[in-house]
Amino acid sequence: MAAITVRHLGKQYRLGTQTYDTLRDQLAGLFRRGARAERQTFWALKDVSFEVAKGDIVGVIGRNGAGKSTLLKILSQITEPTEGEVRIRGRVASLLEVGTGFHPELTGRENVFLNGAILGMTRAEITRKFDVIAAFAEMDTFLDTPVKHYSSGMTTRLAFAVAAHLEPEILIIDEVLAVGDAAFQKKCIGKMGEVARGGRTVIFVSHNMAAVTSLCTRGLYLERGQVKAAGPMQEIADAYLNDALPQGGKSSFRGDGQRGSGKLRFTDLEIRSGEVTGAAVCGAGLRFRLTYAAEQDRVAARFIVNIYDHQQIRLLAMDSVTDSSMPQFFPREGTVELQVPADVSLAPGRYSVELAAVIYDEVADHIPGAMEFEMRNGDFFGNGKMPHDPAAFLVKAPWSLQAPD
Amino acid sequence: MSDNLAADAERVIRPQPGFIAIDFGEIWRYRELFGFLAWRDILVRYKQTYLGVAWVVLQPVLTMLVFTVLFGRFGKFPSNGAPYPVLTFAAMLPWQFFANTLGESSNSLVASARIISRVYFPRLIIPASVVCSGVVEAVISVVILGILMLWYGVVFRPLLLLLPVFFALTFLTTFAAGAWFSALNVKYRDVRYVVPFITRLGIMVTPVGFLWMGMVPEKWRLWFCLNPLVGIIDGFRWCVLGPGFEPYWPGVWLGGAVTAVLLVTGMVYFRNTEKTFADLI
Repeated sequence: MAAITVRHLGKQYRLGTQTYDTLRDQLAGLFRRGARAERQTFWALKDVSFEVAKGDIVGVIGRNGAGKSTLLKILSQITEPTEGEVRIRGRVASLLEVGTGFHPELTGRENVFLNGAILGMTRAEITRKFDVIAAFAEMDTFLDTPVKHYSSGMTTRLAFAVAAHLEPEILIIDEVLAVGDAAFQKKCIGKMGEVARGGRTVIFVSHNMAAVTSLCTRGLYLERGQVKAAGPMQEIADAYLNDALPQGGKSSFRGDGQRGSGKLRFTDLEIRSGEVTGAAVCGAGLRFRLTYAAEQDRVAARFIVNIYDHQQIRLLAMDSVTDSSMPQFFPREGTVELQVPADVSLAPGRYSVELAAVIYDEVADHIPGAMEFEMRNGDFFGNGKMPHDPAAFLVKAPWSLQAPD
Repeated sequence: MSDNLAADAERVIRPQPGFIAIDFGEIWRYRELFGFLAWRDILVRYKQTYLGVAWVVLQPVLTMLVFTVLFGRFGKFPSNGAPYPVLTFAAMLPWQFFANTLGESSNSLVASARIISRVYFPRLIIPASVVCSGVVEAVISVVILGILMLWYGVVFRPLLLLLPVFFALTFLTTFAAGAWFSALNVKYRDVRYVVPFITRLGIMVTPVGFLWMGMVPEKWRLWFCLNPLVGIIDGFRWCVLGPGFEPYWPGVWLGGAVTAVLLVTGMVYFRNTEKTFADLI
């Protein structure tokens, strides 16, 4: 019997700054009937249907903004779907963050109890497991010290130790393995594998493709709020990574006009590196040309370009407000250019660009996967040499030999 | 672990249009979390500072002194033969509980934004646990009240046994207002300015520092008692000072009815907006 059945699930969000109103505006609105502008809406999930069998470990993958987090929030009952239904058989625990409810003033011991209770453990259960949790977190001496004196690593370890000892029938996890040091992550992945082999049903969202493929048996691939593919994990992972490749080696701009108020829309994005357009070479610099059209002249826009690697980890966040030479107001139509300095470069590989434009704290346009591009290996250092171990970035950092004292 | 118990239970998640009834069974299932949250609030409040505890004593005592000097000495307000400090302090007890706890519970949902957007549980336990954590303060105040009664030679009467009833009424009134304001605060953030205003204005129309029966004209009495704290304060004075202070009963019943209405509507409003909290907060 299926542990989770999802049918035609949809979630619609309202857009704009009106995440909350003020009573004052509401009262003023009473006297201005019909003046209220239609709010824009957007479907974070639309017509999503799937089943999870008991004992399955399902990895949910997809680009940023594909609806993964929204799906988890609905499954954990944090937010209500707009349409469709979910049927869940069994006790659910959701772990959308480690250390939810941790309070800095409380001691480690007190936080274990509080956090355990928030995650759905009973007091008896926490008391019974307390020593195991403390041992798992590799803590014994600081348990009665307020958590505010802990290092962030210690706090994370303790928080994860609590989470790892949840024993629900269905476990819903979001991205929590992306915390802690590598050794502790490994321990956690091991613990999760143990949980999974114990016959529990697990739904796991992560950008860490290695973790997802090694842990999960089934995969669910979301794209723009819909199920793109579902099946054995390896197949789904391959399909996802394949899609991340630029089609035919040529990247093209994809604006969807779906998100944001629309007061400004991006109309084109061009990536230049040196004199080449459409491809990038390490060492030739990297320029982004953003063309936009706004609803009115003199628009107080703020432009944001984020770059993600193929695992959808955000590597760079670039925001026009950080550059004080940018004007405050922009013409109705125009092109802005962003230049990534040539002495820093992304390592060779595939990347995707996220664009956003914000006007007075209101998102005007937001395109999560606006374009993909490939960084090609170039002679970054100008001498044909490369670092011994590859990393996310290449940087021209000068070395020098210090004269002996 | 209740694995077997829960194995057959099927939970259905779907949009809930229209009216949603309060699920007391669910709230009961989350009673442990409720306890933990109240315990956390108490720990956090008194952990950091010694002044935290001293403040609980100082605040009502100083207010009582000001009222006693202002109304009792200078104003020569009638005290019906009772020592003015005890008269004021008995009223201060429910008022302080209401004013202090209401402020905190109104802010409680917004302050718990992180938990609300990460974990599911009936949200009503958040403002409720804050109100509960106020009990510690109330107990300390009761001790001070006892000391004052001894000092001024007020007789301990069996009527004191009725005090818990009026305490419960204070508690329910505070919780009802807390449910209303905390839920409103999620949607309308200017509510946080409204609540301090209410408590500041409230102390003017609530007879904390004086006996009101002789001051409010006959035809205004029932209107005055629409404020549920009036009946509660009467009740407190009656329990502490004896039969000579019997409350104006129509007012007590009216106040109780107002509390009941606030409580039911507050919980229903809360319940029906609860599903949007995570999206708004």
